[in-house]
Amino acid sequence: MAEKSLLRFSTAGSVDDGKSTLIGRLLYESRGVYEDQMASIENSGLNRSSGPLDFSLLTDGLRAEREQGITIDVAYRYFSTARRKFIIADTPGHEQYTRNMATGASTAQLAIVLIDARKGMLPQSKRHAYIASLLGIPRVVVAVNKMDLVDFRQDVFAAIEADFLAFARGLGFRETYFIPISALEGDNVVARSGRTPWFHGRTFLDYLETVPVEDADSDGPFRFPVQYVIRPSLNFRGYAGQIASGSIHPGDEVRVLPSGRSARVKEIATYDGALQEAFAPMSVILTLTDEIDISRGNMMVRADETPPAVARSLDATLVWMNDAPLEPGRSYLLKHTTRQVRATVRIVRCRIDVNTLDHEAPRDLKLNEIGAVTSDMPRPVFFDSYRENRGTGAFVLIDPFSNATLAAGMIRGVIANDQHRGPVSARERADRLGHEAAAIWLPGRRQLAMLLERDLFGQGAAVSTTESSANAQALTAAGLIAIVVSRDPPDDRLPLPELASEDEAALEQLMKTLEDSGVLHRADRFAGGEGI
Amino acid sequence: MRTLPHLRVLESESIHIFREVVAEFERPVMLYSIGKDSSVLVRLAQKAFWPGPIPFPLLHIDTTYKFREMTEFRDNFTREIGAKLIVHTNTKAIEEGANPFRLGTQKCCGLLKTQALLDALREGGYDAAFGGARREEEKSRAKERIYSFRDSHGQWDPKNQRPELWNLYNARIDKGETIRVFPLSNWTEVDVWQYIQQENIPVVPLYFAKSRSMIVRDGTLIPPEHNPPLGPGEQPEMVMSRMRSLGCTYCTGAVRSEADSVPRIIDELIHVRRSERENRVIDHDQDGSMELKKREGYF
Repeated sequence: MAEKSLLRFSTAGSVDDGKSTLIGRLLYESRGVYEDQMASIENSGLNRSSGPLDFSLLTDGLRAEREQGITIDVAYRYFSTARRKFIIADTPGHEQYTRNMATGASTAQLAIVLIDARKGMLPQSKRHAYIASLLGIPRVVVAVNKMDLVDFRQDVFAAIEADFLAFARGLGFRETYFIPISALEGDNVVARSGRTPWFHGRTFLDYLETVPVEDADSDGPFRFPVQYVIRPSLNFRGYAGQIASGSIHPGDEVRVLPSGRSARVKEIATYDGALQEAFAPMSVILTLTDEIDISRGNMMVRADETPPAVARSLDATLVWMNDAPLEPGRSYLLKHTTRQVRATVRIVRCRIDVNTLDHEAPRDLKLNEIGAVTSDMPRPVFFDSYRENRGTGAFVLIDPFSNATLAAGMIRGVIANDQHRGPVSARERADRLGHEAAAIWLPGRRQLAMLLERDLFGQGAAVSTTESSANAQALTAAGLIAIVVSRDPPDDRLPLPELASEDEAALEQLMKTLEDSGVLHRADRFAGGEGI
Repeated sequence: MRTLPHLRVLESESIHIFREVVAEFERPVMLYSIGKDSSVLVRLAQKAFWPGPIPFPLLHIDTTYKFREMTEFRDNFTREIGAKLIVHTNTKAIEEGANPFRLGTQKCCGLLKTQALLDALREGGYDAAFGGARREEEKSRAKERIYSFRDSHGQWDPKNQRPELWNLYNARIDKGETIRVFPLSNWTEVDVWQYIQQENIPVVPLYFAKSRSMIVRDGTLIPPEHNPPLGPGEQPEMVMSRMRSLGCTYCTGAVRSEADSVPRIIDELIHVRRSERENRVIDHDQDGSMELKKREGYF
């Protein structure tokens, strides 16, 4: 079977710049559209185009959008040629859909920016290019569309090329490629147009088929966020994950973060047999020569390569994605690689106007706004800057109450850790331990107390049993879960239900109470979602 | 810079999704529909947790209108790989006489598939359910997330989906809410068949062309297995055909085809330009009908 590569690209566009028509035509000409889908378009009675077939209807999805005539969410499209499989993240282009554009761009290796030849560079062309650059897309192809409406004039094309290059100079693209096309009439989309004899570059599809595929950086430093520990028997303990960057071989020395312990890779294990090399973005299982304690949320790196930054504060650019604005100081969940930690935004340093790229003095950050922030975490994360490594430089913020995904974050770098100066607060202790302090009174039930302590300890909690109710206060002040077996009750004890007399049943009641009452933080349980 | 072949990229992405779900949810389950996509899902799950077993059960929603060959395949396949299989049927609706001929396909599907699925998920207390849906299959699925949030009634709100960036999936839900997870989101029908070939994955023989008894109605081939009422003058006839997708017998039309092996199916798909769900009576029973079904809780 012929092996194909896979290219993911994003498009952004507005109602009338011909984006849907271009994609529709690509799908149609590469046989990505089926006859019955074409028939349903022909029979739909809608045709917003001036041509015989409205290709844009192929890519308009949901009912509400069809009614409004616009694309309002990211839609994924697929087509293949003999050489490549393509995934298109098709996104709307209006400013109010900045979050959708960012979403589509997050996994793309190439961005298509469409420019109407009659209108030239518009604020939205700049916005698309900026978001592509912000999300780390290395290459942009600028399709100068509707060339048929400007008589295929070379000077019109050249002027747009010059404008775009002047604007994009600071955006850090590895390549910008310009193609004059007519999506409606098909010029230079798949076949070379006879109407642009002055254009000697590649056609649109030819470019898509030949541009280098750069997904996860297999040449970068090895980064392996541990996803899951596979331990089906005492004889096998494997660490499963998807390589975020770099490569690994049996015998390589790895260091585990945050513990800093080292070991050698014994085997790269997969269902299909052991491998001599694995590289990004492969999903594999690593076994090590030494038993060290590793769990989800840890990261393996190669001992002979540049390590990632380890920090509790970082600078990042955020794209805010929720109706509720960002609140500095509020506790959010930060999900980064396979690790989830509490985080607060200390300060919004500036807000970036996506049309002009001007930096404005911020008050807050609202839906679809982009800003540079400084964020603090009670527990460290291990990261590279997003520019260097998309896999270990990206995070999302989640609201711990509504569970909504609030923002996309691109890490810019570490900042000096200048916050933790005052006394350690109860909140900081709880955030680090993953549970609240609590006193649990189990008068006389020593066996049950031992089971509970063992259970909590096994899950990573700071817990201790005491005979004296007076000691309980000292333990809880230190952030511990205190189990008190004395006859006299401790102050401020956790309300418990009527406990079963049988220990195992009572233990289950206690664990449930601890979860339901919020003593144990859910999802982000104990040290960093570790301990599966 | 080394580049992985596209099937390996897709496989790695899917395995990553499986592991994320098992690491972050308490009670995942896989919706097992017996079709080719389910066969691929199962293989990916085996790879994700090898050398351990698949750490969640397979749930089949049996409408009782499935092909006999499907049920046989299901029982053999799951036994051979040692998977835990749960079969759920809306027996109450069936006892009350629910069938596609009497109720129409839309109502029947609502009771025997959507309702049965929601009941089974609730009864099992599952918080995440894997499904084999692919974005390429149907327009409303093109905007589906990999982690698709469902409210406590199992419903999907296409206007209020969580943004999903990179490979960072938001697994947070409250009690009663669930996530449907689609590890094959970025696979196409051709990818699925190429993977079946590459990995030598068993599939139901109904996918391979042979001469089968069919009712030919307005160009659609309807299998007579569950005795649908015949129109005037209609008689089943032998037609060289295969199933392109599998569902209930009455609602899954066959397609005329000579493709009797995996390579010939791949060849046919590359050269034939009809979409894979066109033979599904249920997708066309109303304009935008897949989106409506999905809102109600259908996969």
